[in-house]
Amino acid sequence: MSGLDARVVVRRPAFTLDVALDVAPGEVVAVLGPNGAGKSTLLRTICGLEPLGEGHIRLGDVLVDEPSTNTLVPAAKRRVGIVFQDYRLFPHLTVLDNVAFGPRSAGRSARHSRDAATTWIERLRLVDLVGRKPGALSGGQAQRVALARALASDPSVLLLDEPLAALDAGTRLDVRSDLREHLHEFDGPTLLVTHDPLDALVLADRLVVLEEGSITQQGTALDVARRPATAYVARLLGLNLLRGSAHDGDVMIDGGGTVHVTDRGVAGAVLVAVRPSAISLHTQQPEGSARNVWAGTVDGIESIGDRVRVTVAGAPTVMVDVTAAAITDLDVRRGTAVWLSAKATELEVYPG
Amino acid sequence: MTRRDRPTTAPPWPVWVPAGLALLFLGLPIVGLLVRAPWSRMWEILTSPTSLDALRLSLVTASAATLVTIVIGIPLAWLLARADFRGRGVVRALVTVPLVLPPVVGGIALLLAFGRRGIMGQYLDSCCGITLPFTTPGVVVAETFVAMPFLVITIEGALRGLDTRFEDAAATLGAGRLTVFRRVTLPLILPSIAAGVVLTFARALGEFGATITFAGNLRGVTQTLPLAVYIGLEGDPDEAIALSLVLLAVSVVVLVALRDKWLRTGAAS
Repeated sequence: MSGLDARVVVRRPAFTLDVALDVAPGEVVAVLGPNGAGKSTLLRTICGLEPLGEGHIRLGDVLVDEPSTNTLVPAAKRRVGIVFQDYRLFPHLTVLDNVAFGPRSAGRSARHSRDAATTWIERLRLVDLVGRKPGALSGGQAQRVALARALASDPSVLLLDEPLAALDAGTRLDVRSDLREHLHEFDGPTLLVTHDPLDALVLADRLVVLEEGSITQQGTALDVARRPATAYVARLLGLNLLRGSAHDGDVMIDGGGTVHVTDRGVAGAVLVAVRPSAISLHTQQPEGSARNVWAGTVDGIESIGDRVRVTVAGAPTVMVDVTAAAITDLDVRRGTAVWLSAKATELEVYPG
Repeated sequence: MTRRDRPTTAPPWPVWVPAGLALLFLGLPIVGLLVRAPWSRMWEILTSPTSLDALRLSLVTASAATLVTIVIGIPLAWLLARADFRGRGVVRALVTVPLVLPPVVGGIALLLAFGRRGIMGQYLDSCCGITLPFTTPGVVVAETFVAMPFLVITIEGALRGLDTRFEDAAATLGAGRLTVFRRVTLPLILPSIAAGVVLTFARALGEFGATITFAGNLRGVTQTLPLAVYIGLEGDPDEAIALSLVLLAVSVVVLVALRDKWLRTGAAS
């Protein structure tokens, strides 16, 4: 079984999607991006619901879309399995008949189709649900049925469009680990589209960040998480990302200010990533070993979970995470003048 | 409802007067039919040979017309809703014509097309010996002509309103277009199909003008219920009223069958 090789170009009046992708057999690649980045359009071109403007899509050895050679294989003949964000289980068919839909459409007899469906129903632990209609399924169950239906059509490529977005937070956790297991059993290439970094980190071997129609970063989850290339990725992962130029361990930040880093080797244009929890907030100028100390004004306070994220305008402007108790103790509000400190060892610097 | 919780959009009291008149105007004829019905002779009238012939013929022809409409009307609705071709607007207008055309005119038009000297009918006659006017198949033709728009327009509307998400999903599972239509599209619009079929049947059953013009009024051959009612009025008015009640009963059944589609006002629509 071979992989997915595509260069997808779709032009719209106010938007151009231009993406090159290569997914190996057995590999799970997550396309991570904000709403409107072109993620769904990308999937629609691969499964054949939308034609390419330019480029090509090769599924295994089969060229399925290439405008320059006038090649276009219709969706029904592509052998692409897709799990839609809203699942799209046929409301008038039982779980069994939904899963058997693919084999049945491939021309197999009703009996053989049901046998094929039953294999997947057992594998995805849906045996108790075979007779139910989609309306009587929970979100997590519907998601598994949608996956079973896609896999039962014996696809050479598996696509997942925001597979967990329709679930509530509680079930998402279970379904996510479940899904991870099933994805690793599939031996073809898998492309997963999501705006949730956790989905991408847990499910994928490799991340592709898509912003405004273009890939802005790709790499392993660890690479991307440690060294985000754009403000979007940094914000998504809850990181401060500072752009500047480095010289001998000092980084002049583009928006103003200088920070000290431990790596004296990097020079020129760099990115500095620092976790909000690695920065300390003070009401008076701190005395201590931290090499980076600077002043600023509180610009915003928002609570996230058990912590409070404080945005401090200064040189540079950063997000700082503190405890709720600390906010009360320090009597910090919007407009309060504060001091910030961060150890040089907490600053990750890399060419950018 | 008390004065306090009356919505500001409620009509003022003078509106009740003409509205009441309208209701009376619509309701009184029905009441008349029920009051003047020959209840004691009902069974006798309805089982008379003339009535039984008309009942049987109406049932057979209306069913046949509905069947023909389903077989050729659904594909037409599919084309109108989903195919992209030049002159679609003209075709849609053509489909709607029988809805607004006086049925008598429809009957004359049918004669000119399928009559023995009609543009099509002359060939049917000379090549295959098929004659439609004044035959039972002719009744089916007349009823189909008048009733088909109801099915086509109902189903076309349903197809246009249908979200294509499920059809897209079916295509990605390897289903060809005909399979998608048969196994996904049709089941999803089944309520509309049922509504269209009921409407078509009701319209075919009540057909009068086109039938009497194109097929005539031969007892047992082309004399359907509405024709029998009309003839009965001249001879035995009781018979006309009794048969009218049968048609009224069918109308009530149709309304009940379609109540979810049209009679439930407010949130559902």
